[in-house]
Amino acid sequence: MSETATRVLARMFERMSEVIETEKDHLSELDGAIGDGDHGITMSIGFKAVNAALSTLDLDTASPSDVLSTAASGFLNAVGASTGPLYATGFRRAAQALADRDQLDLAACRDMLGAISEGIRDRGKAQRGDKTMLDVWLPAAEAATAGVASNLSKPDFWKAVENAAENGAAATATMIATKGRAARLRERSLGHADPGAVSAAALIKAIAGASCTQAE
Amino acid sequence: MQRFINDPDLVVEDTVKGFVKAHSDIVRLAENPRVVVAREAPFAGKVGVVTGGGSGHEPAFIGYTGRNMLDAVAVGELFSSPTAKSFHDAIREANGGKGVVVLYGNYAGDNMNVKMATKLAAKDGIEVATVVANDDVCSAPIEEREKRRGVAGEIFMWKIGGAKAATGASLEEVRAAAQKAIDNCRSIGVGLGPCTLPAVGHPNFKIEPGTMEVGIGHHGEPGVRVETLKTAEEVARDMVKIVLDDHDLPEGTEVAVLVSGLGATPLNELYILNDTIESEISARGLKIRKTWIGNYFTSLEMVGATLTVMALDDDLKTLLDVETRCTIIL
Repeated sequence: MSETATRVLARMFERMSEVIETEKDHLSELDGAIGDGDHGITMSIGFKAVNAALSTLDLDTASPSDVLSTAASGFLNAVGASTGPLYATGFRRAAQALADRDQLDLAACRDMLGAISEGIRDRGKAQRGDKTMLDVWLPAAEAATAGVASNLSKPDFWKAVENAAENGAAATATMIATKGRAARLRERSLGHADPGAVSAAALIKAIAGASCTQAE
Repeated sequence: MQRFINDPDLVVEDTVKGFVKAHSDIVRLAENPRVVVAREAPFAGKVGVVTGGGSGHEPAFIGYTGRNMLDAVAVGELFSSPTAKSFHDAIREANGGKGVVVLYGNYAGDNMNVKMATKLAAKDGIEVATVVANDDVCSAPIEEREKRRGVAGEIFMWKIGGAKAATGASLEEVRAAAQKAIDNCRSIGVGLGPCTLPAVGHPNFKIEPGTMEVGIGHHGEPGVRVETLKTAEEVARDMVKIVLDDHDLPEGTEVAVLVSGLGATPLNELYILNDTIESEISARGLKIRKTWIGNYFTSLEMVGATLTVMALDDDLKTLLDVETRCTIIL
């Protein structure tokens, strides 16, 4: 029996929380270099809250869009900082993008990644190259669009998306921060990868992993 | 770490619990445990006054809750903006039917969360106005004042906004008074030692012994220069110069002065600084109406101090004299 799109999405959020728990100390360490050292903790609180909110959802009746909007509220109600509004807006936008979909095929995944990155961009008003999580989400979304356009297989599609995300995260080390707390460091932020970008790449890896292990 | 904590992850929760127990004659906790409310708020027919910010700055922000000051305060994690939900709940708690003004500091997270909370409050039919504090001189040049951070000048903004609201003024009048207060404030911080978030366990920035960071922010944001630690007299002179050079005040202007420790600097050193601060301000032909000295706006156990100078006019003088009843004497 094939796993419903709703359940795959719920599993994605479980995987995201797991990967954040694994990376928590590393993320805080990266943040300690150019921020205030709490990014791992913030993300951990957020994704735990998302999964707590999702555990109250009946996955047999909920739509994929319900999963994303529940995740958005869970994240927003638990996380302040900049991360709270940014991911909450991204997930809410993704919920809208998947409103009429009950399949989580690659086109739907492309729309979801695109909506998350647009939501983050609109809320934070950052641009590419500002040394933020957008330097991961935007190229990942672009890779997804290109992947669907060129009919990539599922593993190749996710490989391309993951690569774009990882390259984006690595590239932030060569950028000067212009947004958020790290912006105050200006050129002193050079050489340090942006913790929000690194966590974004980890989240995308978790999304890819959950999608690739989807029972057909 | 030589710290009085139970669980690093519960620092904020435990702080708020102890605070509310100590000051139950002045404040109460909202249903949302991350919102502290003046005991009798909301006041019908009065503009509600709200702020919020990360924890670790005590007595800011919660300590300024009370009569003729803040009606409700949203509490964030250490050094991290409160959630949009907490700001929204604070707005609701403060709403006496005449609108609510949110007076907060210029940080990316606070800006976004207040914006989202304002939208949520609009759905409840609550009119919200905002003033964003940007008094930290070294965080951006004067021509980019909108990029400057909010620091201890926020206290004057709350004091003036809270006092104006207590007169029964309209939402727009309260907003304008608070805006004028922060426009008239300039602040500078000097850091001598870093601070540690308990859940992180090590200092989140470095200040080498024997040096100081001039222009440091409230979370250790780097200042304009790192230099050899000088005498209190030289440091104070530098602080006054940076603050007043940014603020072209006519001779004879009356000012309010706030010297705050950043958490781990003993009070006596603040008095040592003030000895020179007072002389320097007076030497520029300004008249000090009142000085506040103490730990008014801290950064955990950071070693250092901030200086805030607010230029006064007749309106601000009247409002500054309004008595407040919060946990901090102002």
